[in-house]
Amino acid sequence: MSLKKISKDQPDKFEFDQQSLEAAKKILSNYPKGKEKSAVMALLYIAQRQNNNWIPLSAIKYIAKFLNMPYIKVYEVATFYSMYNLSPVGNFHVQICTTTPCMIRGAYKIVDVCKKKISEKENVLSENGNCSWTEVECLGACINAPMMQINNDYYEDLDIRQSEKIIDEVLLGKKPKPGSYRGRINSEPENNRKTLLDLKNA
Amino acid sequence: MLKDEDRIYKNLYNDLGADLNSSKKRGDWTNTKDLCEKGRDWIIDEIKKSELRGRGGAGFPTGLKWSFAPKEVGSRPHYLVINADESEPGTCKDRDILRFEPHKLLEGCLIAAYAVNSHKCYIYLRGEYYNEGIELQKAIDEAYKDNLIGKNASGTGWDLDIYIHYGAGAYICGEETALLESIEGNKGQPRLKPPFPALVGLYGCPTIVNNVETVSVVPTILRKGSKWFASLGKPKNTGTKIFCISGNVNKPCNVEEEMGVPLKDLIETHAGGVVGGWENLQAVIPGGSSMPLLNKEISEKITMDFDSLVENKSGLGTAGIVVINKDQDIIKCFARIARFYKHESCGQCTPCREGSGWMWRILERMAKGEASREEVEMLFDVTKQIEGHTICAFGEGSAWPVQGLLRNFKKEIIKRNNFDPLIKSNKDIPYLVDQHLLEKDNAQNKS
Repeated sequence: MSLKKISKDQPDKFEFDQQSLEAAKKILSNYPKGKEKSAVMALLYIAQRQNNNWIPLSAIKYIAKFLNMPYIKVYEVATFYSMYNLSPVGNFHVQICTTTPCMIRGAYKIVDVCKKKISEKENVLSENGNCSWTEVECLGACINAPMMQINNDYYEDLDIRQSEKIIDEVLLGKKPKPGSYRGRINSEPENNRKTLLDLKNA
Repeated sequence: MLKDEDRIYKNLYNDLGADLNSSKKRGDWTNTKDLCEKGRDWIIDEIKKSELRGRGGAGFPTGLKWSFAPKEVGSRPHYLVINADESEPGTCKDRDILRFEPHKLLEGCLIAAYAVNSHKCYIYLRGEYYNEGIELQKAIDEAYKDNLIGKNASGTGWDLDIYIHYGAGAYICGEETALLESIEGNKGQPRLKPPFPALVGLYGCPTIVNNVETVSVVPTILRKGSKWFASLGKPKNTGTKIFCISGNVNKPCNVEEEMGVPLKDLIETHAGGVVGGWENLQAVIPGGSSMPLLNKEISEKITMDFDSLVENKSGLGTAGIVVINKDQDIIKCFARIARFYKHESCGQCTPCREGSGWMWRILERMAKGEASREEVEMLFDVTKQIEGHTICAFGEGSAWPVQGLLRNFKKEIIKRNNFDPLIKSNKDIPYLVDQHLLEKDNAQNKS
């Protein structure tokens, strides 16, 4: 269960725009009739995407009405799962995996970079309001450790210099190139491949 | 080493492309219709004979699980749910299957859905895998377009719809009943079993939940025959498995190998050896963070399969191997794992919700050398209070790594934390003092 800080600064109104509405209707058709409640997680994502990466309480109310659910049930879901941001995180939300496999390969050095470049504390916006960082639990790219996720993209095989470069770009509002930063291909053992060699050379 | 032609995932490193045409060249979707036409009983029987065990961690025989689904569809429809909520620290095998071999998974879905009489399949994908989800959706769209799934899927006369359901960063949703709760639009808190999902699952209907890797090996098993699959590995631990080798190794990687491969081979041959040489090895977590660690002596000769690891008081789990060398502080590593479990506990059962926090706090102090000698026993006691006293296996998952640490590194912990119990010493450690005593002191000082 994650600790959630709910923003004090809440907009009064939230409504899906045309694009979100279409996406929401499409999601609803994935689930059997009468089980529309299942779409709540997807709708929260849609709201988050529409509202600059975070979900205001008015959006939770809106979704509750949209799905004919009690408000508290939607609130419960929004606070249970760690990927719903309930306060502003900026255009670029940097998440650094610091669970053991990443930790022993130096994830906390990247945390230090973020502390230096973005903000002293977690979940606090950078000075230009563009970016925030947070420590998260395993992101499931352990063989590419240490790594971080910025919005939807994974940045893998990092070191201090590379992560400084990435954060600098992000602060300027540019999206860095995702993927491995040591030039290795996906999850293969670097220069040490012993398997599936015929395919590689073919 | 396993021969290349026996490898199931030929595109594990994406040399060949993940799209439909490339997948077809690798043999996916070639005779799905023929396989299905041999009938449900044949499919389930073949899987039983292949002795395929679930790849999600528990190692439950897949054929047996499928046979639990009711033979006839009653008033309630059946569901197939694929567990792609891969969040176990040290594990990243499903990610590569989703990115590079999505058609193996989709074909597996069709065969599995056919075998358990289901027309709807949900793939529960962890929310962080957004890009992998896009790749998978692309593959699903391709398959629909080619009429491989959808109405009269692949000409089998069976209708199948496949949907992706994104999770949102909760580890506990990898537990099958929590996953079902999550799809239903609730908090991901596990349900009591029984009733098992095979009878009462998603929306109260019979549901079969399988891991990505389990389902995606099914088409290859049926095509090459259960005998082939059973000939690989060891008896009762058959087939191949993707091992993820991470941590302090020179070349961390994913590799598909036979079950029962020696751990040392995996680390030395495929992962380029331990950083600083084999002598520098401190411990290995063999199956994702929930499994107890192995010390160097055992790592030397252990083979990686379900049964030999259980004999050595550990488990294969998801086969996420985390190598820890002597440059690392082992207590700190496990304090971090304990923090992971504290963060991810769903909060439903008290022993786990409170106990995981206690384990974390005690270990954090032990790492700094601020605990007393007595607390080592106390920590073991806490793990025993959690283990077996929770609804789901998360309790065991959080207690076992700590027990493994205490079994193997007790001496080291005591060496670092050799204080007398607090009552006897005058050492001033503020958070070790009961807060209410402190308040009393303050009150006396003021007056």
